[in-house]
Amino acid sequence: MPTNIVEINQMSFQHDNGKVVFRDVDLLIPQGKVTAVMGPSGTGKTTLLKLIGGQLAPTCGTIRVGGELVHDLSRQALYKLRRRLGMLFQASGLFTHMTVFDNVAFPLREHTPLSESMIHTITLMKLQMVGLRGAKDLMPSELSGGMARRVALARAIALDPELIMYDEPFTGQDPISLGVLVKLVRTLNDALGLTSIIVSHDVQETLTIADYVYVIVDAKIIGQGTPEAIVNDTANKQLQQFIQGLADGPVPFHYPAASLEKDFLEEHV
Amino acid sequence: MNQVALLGQWGIQLLRDFGKAGILLYQILFYRPHFRKGFPLVVQQIYAEGVLSLAIIIVSSLFIGMVLALQGYHTLSKFGASQELGPLVALSVVRELGPVVTAILFAGRAGSAVTAEIGLMKATEQLSSMEMMAVDPLRRVIAPRFWGGFISMPLLTIIFNMMAIYGAYLVGVKWLGVDAGVFWSNMRSSVDFHSDVVNGILKSVVFGVAVIWISLFQGYFAAPTSAGIANATTRSVVYGSLVILGLDFILTAVMIGEW
Repeated sequence: MPTNIVEINQMSFQHDNGKVVFRDVDLLIPQGKVTAVMGPSGTGKTTLLKLIGGQLAPTCGTIRVGGELVHDLSRQALYKLRRRLGMLFQASGLFTHMTVFDNVAFPLREHTPLSESMIHTITLMKLQMVGLRGAKDLMPSELSGGMARRVALARAIALDPELIMYDEPFTGQDPISLGVLVKLVRTLNDALGLTSIIVSHDVQETLTIADYVYVIVDAKIIGQGTPEAIVNDTANKQLQQFIQGLADGPVPFHYPAASLEKDFLEEHV
Repeated sequence: MNQVALLGQWGIQLLRDFGKAGILLYQILFYRPHFRKGFPLVVQQIYAEGVLSLAIIIVSSLFIGMVLALQGYHTLSKFGASQELGPLVALSVVRELGPVVTAILFAGRAGSAVTAEIGLMKATEQLSSMEMMAVDPLRRVIAPRFWGGFISMPLLTIIFNMMAIYGAYLVGVKWLGVDAGVFWSNMRSSVDFHSDVVNGILKSVVFGVAVIWISLFQGYFAAPTSAGIANATTRSVVYGSLVILGLDFILTAVMIGEW
């Protein structure tokens, strides 16, 4: 039985403005697997990654990463833990004043005492993995969206992390980039022995590569299981509405509003 | 009552911002520096904030010095005191115009650039990705910019002072015919190194800290949207300029010390 690299127990989180994002959420991320967290836009999927990475602290409950209570760590201990994590941001987060090569070499230069020739070799190997060794001298502004995300992926795996988190990796990609990214996520996870968390609302792509899936709607988990189990759970209407992309269902098409009579027939001054 | 509540809310928000700015400054000043990695970053920032501001500082100071000489000569000659042009220009520039105008130009040129750059780094998740790579943005991005501004400002002020006096020399001596020996010797006998030159440099150090602190705070806590960055950049220049003028009054009062 695999151990869990992330254990979230009875976790709740609320923004400063009072909006509840998570309510008593329990979530386990098993080591060596690709776990997907899905849900509609605005359900707090990115917030979940920030909570796991210690950029936010839960209102109550616990989050353990690699056995450590991430929100109780000192700043120094937190930064030490983060060296074992990698994260791919939705906007890529590449440093715009550095070349592709320098972007990927950045964590190596910051955290390792390796010589420049060794850093050169490792950086080229990481770029080769994502198929962009030839783009090493380009600036981020010269890359397409898909290429930028692959460079960010190479940077995220530069230090060979134990856990890599993907924030909406497939959003806004053309079909070719999408196919490349889907294949890369799965291949890297298996070849490098990583653990991956994907947060996404791209159902089809995510279901093809995930080992286990959580679906979060309205601050709580409404379904979990293997992709097959999720697809076959026809009794759960809310889950099926999300998986099949139905416009109306338990989650209504219309945003809550005043009655039609009130809005259309009453005179407005 | 509603107005009172709004005033209270505004007051609390203001105090909260002061608190955040104070913590930011504390973290910049008291975190253990990493000299091997930090030094090249500070040098880069001295280039970005100081060297790249040189053009605007030199051109502005030359014109300010020339205008000061024209105005001064025009007024002094009415009293037959045109030989006092050197002291007039030097004291005005070294005590007041040098530190104040340099700081305001610095806020407009370097301060706004720092705010926009950091705000954009935040909006494009560059700061977050740095944090997740276990690199502290305070140490890697914020602190070098602070020390770059801290070092650049007094140096820019010295350059401003020299160029303004040279501009006045060009107009006063070369154009209007004031005797060069009188111009320089009267200046040397009237300007005191400690109470005039050093105090001016001290002012520029204080202004430099204030401007770069405001710029960093506005950028680091900017709303990560286009409008948020635009507002932060505007606030950075406006607050920076107002704080310079306010601090100048306080520092001048303290330095004169006869009130």
